[in-house]
Amino acid sequence: MNNLLKNSIWILITALGATAVGGIALNRGESINTLWFITAALCVYAIAYRFYAAWIAATVLAVDETRATPAERLDNGRDFVPTNKWIVFGHHFAAIAGPGPLVGPTLAAQFGYLPGTLWILFGAVLGGCVQDMVTLFLSTRRDAKSLGQMARDELGALGGTAALIATFAIMIILIAVLGLVVVNAMKHSPWATATVSATIPIAMIVGLYMRSFRPGQVLEASVLGVALLLLSVMGGGWIDRSETLRVWFDHEGLTLAWWVMAYGFAAAILPVWLLLAPRDYLSTYVKLGTITLLAVAIIMLQPTVKMPALTQFIDGTGPIFGGKLFPFVFITIACGAISGFHALIASGTTPKLLSNERDIRMIGYGGMLLESFVAIMAMMAATVLDPGVFFAINSPAGVVGKEAVDAVAKISSWGFPVTVDQMQLLANQMGEATLFARTGGAPSLAVGMASIFGSAFGESMLALWYHFAIMFEAIFILTTLDAGTRVGRFMLQDMLGNIWPKMGETSWTPSVVLTSALVVAGWGYFLYIGVIDPNGGVNILWPLFGIANQMLAAIALCVATGILVKSDKIEYAWVTGLPLAWLVTITSTAAWEKIASDNTRIGFFSAANDLADKLAAGALPPEKAAVAPQLIFNLHLDGWLTLFFVTLLWLIVFDMLRVCSRYLAGKPVLPLAESPHSPSRLVEDWVRD
Amino acid sequence: MLSKLKRFWRVVRRLSGDDAYERYLQHHVAHHQADTPLSKEAFFKRWQDEKWNGIKRCC
Repeated sequence: MNNLLKNSIWILITALGATAVGGIALNRGESINTLWFITAALCVYAIAYRFYAAWIAATVLAVDETRATPAERLDNGRDFVPTNKWIVFGHHFAAIAGPGPLVGPTLAAQFGYLPGTLWILFGAVLGGCVQDMVTLFLSTRRDAKSLGQMARDELGALGGTAALIATFAIMIILIAVLGLVVVNAMKHSPWATATVSATIPIAMIVGLYMRSFRPGQVLEASVLGVALLLLSVMGGGWIDRSETLRVWFDHEGLTLAWWVMAYGFAAAILPVWLLLAPRDYLSTYVKLGTITLLAVAIIMLQPTVKMPALTQFIDGTGPIFGGKLFPFVFITIACGAISGFHALIASGTTPKLLSNERDIRMIGYGGMLLESFVAIMAMMAATVLDPGVFFAINSPAGVVGKEAVDAVAKISSWGFPVTVDQMQLLANQMGEATLFARTGGAPSLAVGMASIFGSAFGESMLALWYHFAIMFEAIFILTTLDAGTRVGRFMLQDMLGNIWPKMGETSWTPSVVLTSALVVAGWGYFLYIGVIDPNGGVNILWPLFGIANQMLAAIALCVATGILVKSDKIEYAWVTGLPLAWLVTITSTAAWEKIASDNTRIGFFSAANDLADKLAAGALPPEKAAVAPQLIFNLHLDGWLTLFFVTLLWLIVFDMLRVCSRYLAGKPVLPLAESPHSPSRLVEDWVRD
Repeated sequence: MLSKLKRFWRVVRRLSGDDAYERYLQHHVAHHQADTPLSKEAFFKRWQDEKWNGIKRCC
């Protein structure tokens, strides 16, 4: 009877989910309520978690709850600590969820709501969640080793080196593109600039409080910090209204880019306790709080999605970024569907806390499901805007024209009506001078969030909500930026240490300054180019980031597939092998188009040639001619970089296939590096406090 | 109700690291009784530095 009831509940969930997904997919021309999206997402997640994830955990991975985890065996009271599963879940989710799942879906909304939504749902349950869970499992079985170390141990030196290079490359591109998002949000916005700047001294106050005034009182300091952050949102408005103060914070994109670079450099050499650690606390609270608030507001309000299911831009002519639906929607939305970066957290960091293998499904698979839901909410925040407004905010001036009149005429001609008055009214409501061409996704997400929060919790505070949303995005983008710069610095010091051991000493000041400067110069270069590019830079940088991130995911899935084959589980190798094949297909197709396409909005080399021809013919306006040589050089560089990424990807895939075929032919391969079984002695109550 | 609130408070303290020193002392008593434990300040310094060594945040 009990079984019958359970089965009928699952049949009901399946039917409901199928109806919701079908409703979203088949709806044409009519507006559709966001409740459909939430229902579809929750049903798909529930079914995937209950059946697919459970099957992978039990049959493919064969998790063993009697086996002691590294946290138990190597417990040292500091980094290796067996921890309650909900606490591990919290840490894991806070670590994997960054600005990626917010920005990607916003940009991909140019294709309409449908492609992005389907990829976020099915990419996550079949790809991203599987990658995170399997990597977490493999690292747990290998004393919490990192992805790079596992690649070296299981596949060989090539895999390990590739993982290292991919991590470094992705870090550089990621920081550049995130820096660009922040710069575009602060450009000529004294309010946003003042609020974002205020987060730096606030973090320092919190750092000093925790370090010197009341050591270790993390919660007290955090409450103080969050209160100061909220005050800074209001203070920014006050500065914006003061004629004398606002000029101090009213800057060009390029000036702000230099400041962001200076900040990144300072953050990488300052001690962690002063800036990085307290900033991370604040960003984590603000992030979790805001995401919860957004979920509550969407469920309470059930706003209507105004974007059509598909737009004409699936043909590749989209204003936000060029390229057809296939493969570019899959490159644009990486985080939220499948993100290679997660493999770095799922290996090395999280396994050191895991108290029992049985929790791997909830933490690895479940954590990614929640991130996917964040991406769905970002998609909703983008698509509840009037499409005309959405395109006016997100289309770069280089595509729609610099003047407001030209921009609205162009966007309206696409069938998304919008007027100058409407945009001006919206900008006034949000407390901004203009919202035209605020590319990068953050401003349009903030407008979407502000209108959702505004309708749920009071219209009168739209400007406050908008700048709160900007602060929310900026604070954890800057956390990723300084944490990433620091990690890049450590990796570079490690690499240089192989050549000159003195450089490898992480506390030797000349080495710290030199490597930090090199890392900042690396991402600073791409940020600089992104800012001076009249097409907004996001058009170039985001696909590059997507390709790099998917390449890292492919490395993680190669390691997983190789290990499954070596563990005599070839009949299950498709669990990681199919997502891998899909990633290799989309990454290679996208890379090929970025390299070889004749379309100047897609192909790097054709864009470079086009620009060079125009420059030679004198057909460029003077301000564009001045930056053209740099843009041409950069396009060539991006083209070669893409080629390098895709070559690296194929090398790893072939290396994995080589190891697998040698194993299947009975030839010697590197042995499985799994640590031996030792029985768990943790008593249930002891660890579940 | 009160016990639930207490439990919630424990989770918050645990997640934020507010109770890290207490947990360290417990661990110390259980495993290294012979040595003197670090002071709260010294422990916190080391805890924070270690926590930030490596990739801890994602995109």
